[in-house]
Amino acid sequence: MFKPKTNLILGAVLSATVALTANTAGAETLRLLTWGGYAPEKVVDMFKAETGIDVEVTNSNNEEMISKLRATGGAGFDLAQPSQDRITSAQAEYDIYKPIDLSKIDTSLMIGSMLEGTKKNTMFDGKVYGVPHVWGTSALTVNTTKAPDVKDYLDLCNPKYAGKVSYRMKRPTLIAFAFSMGMDPFAAYNDKAKYQQILDKVQAKLIECKPNVKAYWTGGDALINLIRSDEIVAAMAWDGSGWKVNAEKPEVKTIAPTAGALGWIDTFALPKKTKAEDAAYKWINFVMQPKIAAMITEAAGNFTAAKDGDKYVTEAKRKVYQETFPPAAIDNIKWYPPVPAGLEDMEGKVMDRVQAAR
Amino acid sequence: MTLGTSTRLGLFLLLAPILVWLIALLVLPHADMFLVSMREKVAPRTYEFSLANYAEFFTEPLYWRTFARTAIMSIAATAMTLLIAFPVSYYIAKMLRGRLKSFLFLLCLVPFWVSELVRTFGWMILLRESGVFSNVFQWVGLADAPVEMLYNDATIMVGLVYTSMLFMVVPLVTTLDSLDDAQVEAGYDLGGNAFTVLREIIVPHAMPGIVSGCIVVFMLTLGNYLTPVLLGGKDSLWFTAQIYTQFITRFNWELGAAFGFLLLALSSLIVWAGLKVTRQTLTETMG
Repeated sequence: MFKPKTNLILGAVLSATVALTANTAGAETLRLLTWGGYAPEKVVDMFKAETGIDVEVTNSNNEEMISKLRATGGAGFDLAQPSQDRITSAQAEYDIYKPIDLSKIDTSLMIGSMLEGTKKNTMFDGKVYGVPHVWGTSALTVNTTKAPDVKDYLDLCNPKYAGKVSYRMKRPTLIAFAFSMGMDPFAAYNDKAKYQQILDKVQAKLIECKPNVKAYWTGGDALINLIRSDEIVAAMAWDGSGWKVNAEKPEVKTIAPTAGALGWIDTFALPKKTKAEDAAYKWINFVMQPKIAAMITEAAGNFTAAKDGDKYVTEAKRKVYQETFPPAAIDNIKWYPPVPAGLEDMEGKVMDRVQAAR
Repeated sequence: MTLGTSTRLGLFLLLAPILVWLIALLVLPHADMFLVSMREKVAPRTYEFSLANYAEFFTEPLYWRTFARTAIMSIAATAMTLLIAFPVSYYIAKMLRGRLKSFLFLLCLVPFWVSELVRTFGWMILLRESGVFSNVFQWVGLADAPVEMLYNDATIMVGLVYTSMLFMVVPLVTTLDSLDDAQVEAGYDLGGNAFTVLREIIVPHAMPGIVSGCIVVFMLTLGNYLTPVLLGGKDSLWFTAQIYTQFITRFNWELGAAFGFLLLALSSLIVWAGLKVTRQTLTETMG
C-alpha cells in the first residue's frame, strides 16, 4: 500500500539532489552572509546577467554571523556583512576574517567620510577588514496617535504604555538605555570597572521596565507585525522598520530619540577562507553603483554608503528620512565605536539577569 | 579457522556502517563538546583547562533555576499529554473497528505533515492579540477588548502538549491493541467496575506503552526550542534557549557545551528515576 508512494518520494528526492548538484557544478557562486533586504532578488538577477555569477544569500544578524564563521574558522561563506563595530573584536578573538584589498574596490563609488570612518574602525594590526555598505540607526518607532509623548528610550518605561512596548534583548538596548539615563557608555569602553557600573544601573532599569514590555522582538518582520497590528504602540527599533510601516500606516513614525539615535554601518568583510574572492569584489563594486544602491535602499529601508545613491531613491523615502532626521538629529547620532574584546561577556550576563527577572 | 575469520570479517563489515555512524555522528562530536566544556577563556584566543563552566551552573541561581523550571514544566507537559492521549488511544484501539479506526489514527498524524515551525506560527496566528480567538471572543461578546493569549506559560504548555500528542498516542495504541477484550470482560464478570478494571487490567497491560510514550514525550519537550521561544515571550526561560544563547549570541561555547552536558546528564537522571518509580526497565519498555 505504501510502496508506490515511497518510490515517488524517493524519485523526487533523487531528482532534487541531481538538480542541486548540477546547479552547483555549473556557474560560479558567491555565498553571501548578509541581512534581510541587502541582496534583493532583482539585484541578484542583474548581477547574474552581468557577470554570470550566482549569489547564494543567507540572511543573518551580527551574532549569528560571528558564530557561523567561528564554527568553521571562516569557511562556508565568501562575503559577510557584519557591522563595523563588531569586526575587530571578532577578529581578535576568533581570527575569522581576511584583510580587504582596497585596490580591488572602486572606492570612488563610496562616500569618502564613511569609507574613512569604517577603515579606521575595522583596522586590526594595521590592516583594513571592512568597507561600508548600508548604514542606519537604532531609533524609536512610535505610533504617534496612540503614544504621542514617547520621545526618548526611557519613555518606553512609562507605565501608561504597560504591555504595549517592545525592544530587543541585545546590546544596542543596553547602550541606548545608558545614554538615555545620562551616561556615556562609549566613553567607558576601555574602562571595564566603569563600564560595569553603567551596566549595573542599566540592568536595574531594564528589570524595572520589564512589565512594560509585551515581548522582546527578535526579527525585523516580527516587530513590523507587532506595530502594524497595534499590539504595541512604541518600540526601540531600526529606523528602516518604522519607515516601512509608515508607508501604509502614516501615524507610525521613526523618531530620533532625544538621547540620540545609535548609528551603525554594516560593512563588507571577507571571511578568512573565502573561496570566491574575485566574485566578492565584483559584488561589492556592483552594488555600490548609485542606481543599484538605490534599489537596495528600497528593499532594506536604509541608505547606503554609495555616493549619489540617495538621488535615485523615491521622493517618499527621502521625505520620511528627512522628517526623522533634521540636521540637529543627525549631529546627535551616536556612532558605535569598535567594541573592545571582553565587553560582550559582561553584557551577556546583564541580559541573562534581565531575562530571568520576574 | 578460516571460517572463523571470515565470519568475523563479515560481522565487522555488517557492523561497519552503524559503527561509522555512531562514532562519527555521536561519539566524536560529544567528545569534542566535552573537551570544549572543560576549558575557559583566559584571554583572546587562549584557553585553559578548568571546571569553571560547571561551577557557573551551580553558583549562578539563574541557570539552575531555568533548568528546574524547564524540567518541571516538561514533566507537567508529559503528564498532561498522557491524560489527554490515554482516552483517545483507548477509543481508537478498543472502541473502533475498521476504516474509522485507521481514519482517526491518521488524523493524529496529519498535523505532522507540516513542520513544527509552521504549526507554532499557526498557534501564534490563533492566539495573538489581533488574532483569530481574540476577534471571535469580541464578536461573541465574551470580551470587550482584545485579549492577549500569547507569551505566557499556559500557552507554552498548550503548544508542547499539542506537539507531543502523536508520540504518546502511537505507543499507547500499539500496546492497547494487544489487550485481549476477553480480559476486560472477565474483569467485569468478576464484579469489577469501570475504575477497578482500568486500574487492575488496562493500565498494567498498557504500562510499557505509557512508559515509553512518557520517555519520548519528556525528552522531546525538554529538548524543544521553537515552541517555548516563540509562544513564551519575555518570561519564557527554557534551558535549550539558554544553550542557544550561550553559543550564538554570547559567543560562550564553553558554557554552552557545559550546559549541553548537564542537560544530557540531568534528563537521563530524571528518566532513570521515572523508570525506578514505575518499576519498569528500559529493555522492557523499548523492546
